[in-house]
Amino acid sequence: MTAVEIAAAVRSGQRSARSVVDEHLDVIADGDADIHAFNLVAAAQAQARADEIDGAVAAGNDPGPLAGVPVALKDNLCTRGLATTCSSRILEGWVPPYNATVVEQLQNAGAVVVGKTNMDEFAMGSSTENSAFGPTRNPRDTSRVPGGSSGGSAAAVAAGFAPVALGSDTGGSIRQPAALCGVVGVKPTYGLVSRYGLVAFASSLDQIGPFTTTVADAAAVLDVIGGPDARDSTSISQPQPPVSHTLADGVDGLRVGVLAELSGNGIASDVAARLQAAVGALESAGARVAEASVPAAVYGLSAYYLIAPAEASSNLARYDGVRYGLRVDGSSTPDMNTATRSAGFGDEVKRRIMIGTYALSAGYYDAYYGKAQKVRTLIINDFASVWEQFDLLVSPTSPTTAFSLGERTADPMAMYMSDVCTVPVNLTGQAAMSVPYGVGDDGLPVGVQIMAPALGEPVMFRAAAVLEASL
Amino acid sequence: MGADSLEVPGLGAPPDTEWETVVGLEVHAELATETKLFSASPNRFGGDPNTHIDPVSLGLPGSLPVLNEKAVELAVRVGLALNCRIQPSVFARKNYFYPDMPKDFQISQYDQPINVDGWLELPSGKRVGIERAHLEEDTGKTVHIGGGGRIHEAGYSLVDYNRAGVPLIEIVGHPELRSAEEARQYVAELRSILVAVGASDGKMEEGSLRVDCNVSVRPVGSDRLGTRCEIKNVNSLRSLGRAVEYEASRQIDQLTSGQPIEQQTRHWNEDDGRTHALRSKEEDYDYRYFPEPDLLPLDPSAEWVEQIRQALPALPRDRRLRLAAAAPSVDIDHIALAVERSMDELALAAISGGGAAERVMTHIVQNLADGSGQLTSEALSDLVGMEEAGELTATQAKKVLAVLVEGGGSPQDAAQTLGFEAMDTGELESLVDSLIAEHAEEWSRFCDGDGKLTGFFVGQVMKATQGRADGKAVTQLLNSRRG
Amino acid sequence: MRPHPGNVGHAATPARETDNWGGTIRFGMGQQRITRAECAHVAALARLELTDEELDRFTGQLDELLDHVAEVEALDLEALPPTMHALPIANLLRPDTPGEVLDRDEVMAQAPFAEDGQFRVPPVLGEAP
Repeated sequence: MTAVEIAAAVRSGQRSARSVVDEHLDVIADGDADIHAFNLVAAAQAQARADEIDGAVAAGNDPGPLAGVPVALKDNLCTRGLATTCSSRILEGWVPPYNATVVEQLQNAGAVVVGKTNMDEFAMGSSTENSAFGPTRNPRDTSRVPGGSSGGSAAAVAAGFAPVALGSDTGGSIRQPAALCGVVGVKPTYGLVSRYGLVAFASSLDQIGPFTTTVADAAAVLDVIGGPDARDSTSISQPQPPVSHTLADGVDGLRVGVLAELSGNGIASDVAARLQAAVGALESAGARVAEASVPAAVYGLSAYYLIAPAEASSNLARYDGVRYGLRVDGSSTPDMNTATRSAGFGDEVKRRIMIGTYALSAGYYDAYYGKAQKVRTLIINDFASVWEQFDLLVSPTSPTTAFSLGERTADPMAMYMSDVCTVPVNLTGQAAMSVPYGVGDDGLPVGVQIMAPALGEPVMFRAAAVLEASL
Repeated sequence: MGADSLEVPGLGAPPDTEWETVVGLEVHAELATETKLFSASPNRFGGDPNTHIDPVSLGLPGSLPVLNEKAVELAVRVGLALNCRIQPSVFARKNYFYPDMPKDFQISQYDQPINVDGWLELPSGKRVGIERAHLEEDTGKTVHIGGGGRIHEAGYSLVDYNRAGVPLIEIVGHPELRSAEEARQYVAELRSILVAVGASDGKMEEGSLRVDCNVSVRPVGSDRLGTRCEIKNVNSLRSLGRAVEYEASRQIDQLTSGQPIEQQTRHWNEDDGRTHALRSKEEDYDYRYFPEPDLLPLDPSAEWVEQIRQALPALPRDRRLRLAAAAPSVDIDHIALAVERSMDELALAAISGGGAAERVMTHIVQNLADGSGQLTSEALSDLVGMEEAGELTATQAKKVLAVLVEGGGSPQDAAQTLGFEAMDTGELESLVDSLIAEHAEEWSRFCDGDGKLTGFFVGQVMKATQGRADGKAVTQLLNSRRG
Repeated sequence: MRPHPGNVGHAATPARETDNWGGTIRFGMGQQRITRAECAHVAALARLELTDEELDRFTGQLDELLDHVAEVEALDLEALPPTMHALPIANLLRPDTPGEVLDRDEVMAQAPFAEDGQFRVPPVLGEAP
């Protein structure tokens, strides 16, 4: 059942939230040992919450648009009373004393949190292999990675553990795993969804978004979690129109550009073929398709791999063994800080902290961080001129289908290249999503990325719905 | 060879060199808001440790800062009062590890502060340039346990984050102060401005006003600045003066004995009256400043700034000028003191009500150090009038004033209650004559020219009249009796 | 239409050859962008202690990344302002009204080492820089 179907059944009293939740808990119990999508399954809390929802329905109250829908949360979203680890030893066992805004919004809409999902440590990675608690496997082929960093959330939805999961996307961490696991994944416009309670990786790039099996489910979730939040200064203060209402409006007359710089050389031929098929489907539905060029997009990775680590190096300074999480003792506070951080952070996190510290350090700021911010301006300007000619852009989400576990772990640069198609949109703040569009030569899912200008979600979802229907 | 041509100003200067002290001050003031700079936990002094905290001020993972509107308004008030340009500003992260800083970075304004290029005028009329006055968040507090509480000898430390996130304004002055006394006046003036505009309570002893001094010395006439040392832990106006005096003489001693000054941060120790080296410039930290991505640039609208300007109260400088105009013959220090005591309004009203300016100001400076209580400007004016008319002596007036401060009312009533009716001349004359007869020996010594005995006879008169007599009149009478 | 046969991630870096990914290929010696000593300094700034093996590995990996990002050196960026925030969002101000505070017991229960309602740390060695 999709989220929309579950909510309708629960709200109308046709099904109990408890039975929905129990069913999903059973699937998790049967399947997660192989997949390891979850860091924590909150069975008892989920059941209690489901009972509350059923009580509300019985009392004639409406529990909300996501009534009884099981939701899995990436383990970097703060949940009061539920451990939040970011898949890191340094936060192991930390129980936040507050809820993220999105968690409150989901709960107010009647959703039921079933657990916290595995991820690359502090969302740094593209395969969910950088988890302190072991990798997540791709439900479509357990010898493959689910992508990352929100691999646990993507896998949870792909495996049927929950119809909805939330992830976070800093450089593609929702869209790339969605593509690799064959589910829908949305990176909303920066500022559309509150980041309050999302453990920060790179503050100017991070954005929370949903994983679902259908486009309509993604729209329903986005309508719940989008909107202004007085606790996030970067939140867009004007309410936005619901995405669900215009889902079925089609793409007739829309101008769609195939983003040349992200769709050519370096893209596996089977992936390129699926993009071509998607383009054909949009044309058949009435879209006017042409090639689009954003020359500066090729510099996205370079800018990203300076800006994101720089912000991260500062955001992750607070894990110092003083207030929460791990402490490894030392004879002095500086020694204790160093011992804690050295033991608590994994390889990739250390690497990015090093890059970011270097990029901000005296004498290098202008050459690295300062320059990366200017490249960011260049990319934004290039996109801005393309939006004068196009309503939407498309490209592959990932250059390849899911790769094997261990394939890229020894070579950070090769791993970083997994983000090449997704990173530019984080730098510009625009909306983008990945829609599953068939399989590659290896039988594994291929995702098509749809990009829209800032707050272009309604139009973006219309195209996603057309692609979904054309399969 | 003049000291100026030396590599280091004053290095190896002869012992008779005249020195100039150069002081630049950085003042941190806690802003008088209800809540913290970026979150809604209370900005309140004291309280049980770690009870004024929320996810943001504790730097919990996932928390985000949202700027306090009142803190911005207070910062703008300070900027306007210091004649600064208010400009669009950007918050930055200052990155360094320290346990009292919950995020291990401080949100501060770096290259684009809210207030720049202002000045402050000392009571003397000297203007001191203000480089900037920017917003930043305070840190928590660390208490050192064991080793007598000294940081380097402590066994461990305890951290309380109640103060973390309290809004601060940091006011950076140019190094244009030339003595310990000027430094003291600068801080006193700045404090009155901060209090006047409602930005801060200005309490140095509670740490809501904190002063870091940059001190250097150079031979008089040199146009280059010497190497400076930054002095921390100056917790009162008195210790500010002492610390600057000490540090300047330390530097002069060092230079005259041929040793250059090392750029250092030094700690003022109230107990031994010395400054002690904390660390040298070489250990300067790489703060890796970058714009705070969780906050947007701050750009107060021109309308809002104008509104704040319109609502500003009169500033100490303007108040001094007004009072000085009304009391032109009164010393500027006394004018400044009246303003500092917030008695300028009282003085102005008493003067415009007909009270002689000098006498009004004498009461305010000498007799109202503990406040004006129930005293009204009319009563003060009338009191001064009675003194002028010879109806009250200075001593009597002081006693009447105390009554007026305590319980209000008119000086006429108070004087009557105290029995201070002016003595007539005949009564005084007969009293003096009887005292002369009673103290013949003292009287003959007085007549032989022993001036000290004037005081003796005046004292006897005062004792006999319980202070009702006018000392001047007694002296005159004694002199005329001596012939 | 056909997807464009352009270069994903390609950027022309003068005097360097690029592979399909825009990653630069090294020639000769002396082009190292970050030394082992610099790497060790950066680790100390970030309060990380690296083993010799980690230091060697990270130096190489950071160098490789810096070499890749050097592709932007060819761009003329002089006239461009830096972007701090992707979207021009208006500044948000909060009214100065007190809100909820955290429960001290709940907070201190998460502390690695607490004493008297405070966070206990080993000697701090000196004042804040």
